[in-house]
Amino acid sequence: MNIVVCLKQVPGTTEVKIDPQTNTLIRQGIENIINPFDTYAIEEGVRLKEKDGGKVTVITMGPSQAEAALRESISLGIDEAILLCDNAFRGADTWATAFTLSCAVKKLQQYDLIICGRQTIDGDTGQVGPELAEMLDIPFIAYVGQIEEIKDGYLRVRRMVEEGHEILETTLPAVITVAKEINVPRLPSLRGIMKSKSAKIDTWGIRELGVEESMVGLPGSSTQVIKIFFPQRVHQAEMLEGNPEKQVDTLIDRLKSAGLC
Amino acid sequence: MDYFLDEQQKTIRDLARKIAEERILPVRAELDEKEEFPWDIVKDLADADMFRVFVPEEYEGLNGGCLELCLVVEELSRVCSGVAVTYAASALGCMILMEYGTDEQKQKFLPDIAAGKKLSAFAITEPTAGSDASNIKTTAEKVEGGYLLNGTKQFITNGGEAEIYTVIALTDKTRGARGASAIIVEKDTPGFTFGKKEKKLGIRASATRELVFKNCLVPEENLLGKPGLGFIQAMRLFDRSRPGIGAQAVGLAQGALEAATDYARERVQFNQPLITIPVVQNMLADMAIQVEAARALVYAAARYVDSGAKNVTEESAMAKVFASDAAMKVTVDAVQICGGSGYMRDYPVEKMMRDAKILQIYEGTNQILRNAIAINLRKRKARTA
Repeated sequence: MNIVVCLKQVPGTTEVKIDPQTNTLIRQGIENIINPFDTYAIEEGVRLKEKDGGKVTVITMGPSQAEAALRESISLGIDEAILLCDNAFRGADTWATAFTLSCAVKKLQQYDLIICGRQTIDGDTGQVGPELAEMLDIPFIAYVGQIEEIKDGYLRVRRMVEEGHEILETTLPAVITVAKEINVPRLPSLRGIMKSKSAKIDTWGIRELGVEESMVGLPGSSTQVIKIFFPQRVHQAEMLEGNPEKQVDTLIDRLKSAGLC
Repeated sequence: MDYFLDEQQKTIRDLARKIAEERILPVRAELDEKEEFPWDIVKDLADADMFRVFVPEEYEGLNGGCLELCLVVEELSRVCSGVAVTYAASALGCMILMEYGTDEQKQKFLPDIAAGKKLSAFAITEPTAGSDASNIKTTAEKVEGGYLLNGTKQFITNGGEAEIYTVIALTDKTRGARGASAIIVEKDTPGFTFGKKEKKLGIRASATRELVFKNCLVPEENLLGKPGLGFIQAMRLFDRSRPGIGAQAVGLAQGALEAATDYARERVQFNQPLITIPVVQNMLADMAIQVEAARALVYAAARYVDSGAKNVTEESAMAKVFASDAAMKVTVDAVQICGGSGYMRDYPVEKMMRDAKILQIYEGTNQILRNAIAINLRKRKARTA
């Protein structure tokens, strides 16, 4: 079984500050981590390999610093890591990211299962996984909470939905995104860390992927971030007077007049 | 302070800290309260290769020495000293094997200990042999097919939980301590049973039990080194393991210092945080000095052991005595700074204070070790006089 895990390196905080002058994220002094949702993808990939054998390859697109995330994944049991790094990839939206990842997966040639985290904690879109499946023209299942069975060309999973779960079957290859219910990610091992320090990491750019600059990065993106800003906070509170019955009546009137009920 | 640790030592320390904070911290109060043996954490430590740290490379270890072991013990003890001693006792249990065992013996036992599949334990203490360690009564009579063990070992850390025990017993009872030998006994050997689990003041996550031998036949190939050298092997073992107890003390004191500092920053009395009050500042500063001085001495002693020095009795005794006395004082002061809250089980410092006391008692009481240091002072003076 050849398993591919896609991950993203993200700032290790959900309280990123924005530079009001440039409208960009202030990344200084913030430690980068593997997107927490992707740690479940790594763990599941490694568990499947430990159970049934095979190979797990991790791919990330990002700046050269993202190599640290790849080395960390190797310390957790990943076999091979590929960094998609090229100036041309800068400014990619989810579409261009998924396209670039799909080119890398195609270049690998052999893949049975592609595992992604359900979303990132910085972009929060949850789009890259399904887009990747579309571009590879293979089945996709989101929010997988358990892999029930996997064998040659066949996968059965438990998918988390709001009020319970669904059991889905699909052919392989396929893309799944995993929810945190699927496992408890392990801590690295000392031997894993030592191996990761000397592991060879391949870097692929547009030349290796054989794509045009216009298809990736900002030029290949359907969307552009024009501006990032904090919404203005307006505090308006009104205290309702009278006994509880009167307060409830007043509240209902207000909600009605505001068209909210 | 920078102790100039190398890359691998830093990696070991950082991962031990990560395990302590992510896996031990959330359950330490519960482990203490329920006096529960931390099997889940032992598995985490095993998965992270922590039991490989003190084992030679050829037996699937990572070839670390006394200092590497100290770094792990310190980090674990910073969060829970009960877990730290469980880990350290497994190292203690196989140290005579590593030092005096044959290649065959090491191949048989060490890889499983390195993988954390099996814990080990060391057994010398008996009801009649505490500080008077040579007064052991357990016998290992040479019979056809091996040694027949009879007797009782007391207060054995990891007792009942470990699979591999190094037991000091008399193979020649006419010669007293000079007739003692170190023998490996595996759990489930017929005639080998355990007494009740002791209820302790502190380090309550760790297991302490009696080992009871009644006509327990152990194969001859389980003897470590030559017969009659068991007591000397044990004394040499403690010389090399005592910095580990020092490290346990440093970690514990560090944890208490951090907890007291956090509390002093948040707690407001007389309209000001405690940490701005000079008397509290002085207490915290004294605690910090004790911790750092203890750490420096422990690391220096550990490095001295790793240098291959022949006689490390004094240095390792100093490290153990100084660090454990510091841990006792620092934890008592941590409770004092945290006041009424510190006395309550909702805060971690009362546990730390309870955990500290044993450090002045086991692996040689601080009084016995001071004797050993003084004997060396006398001997040196006598040589130069």
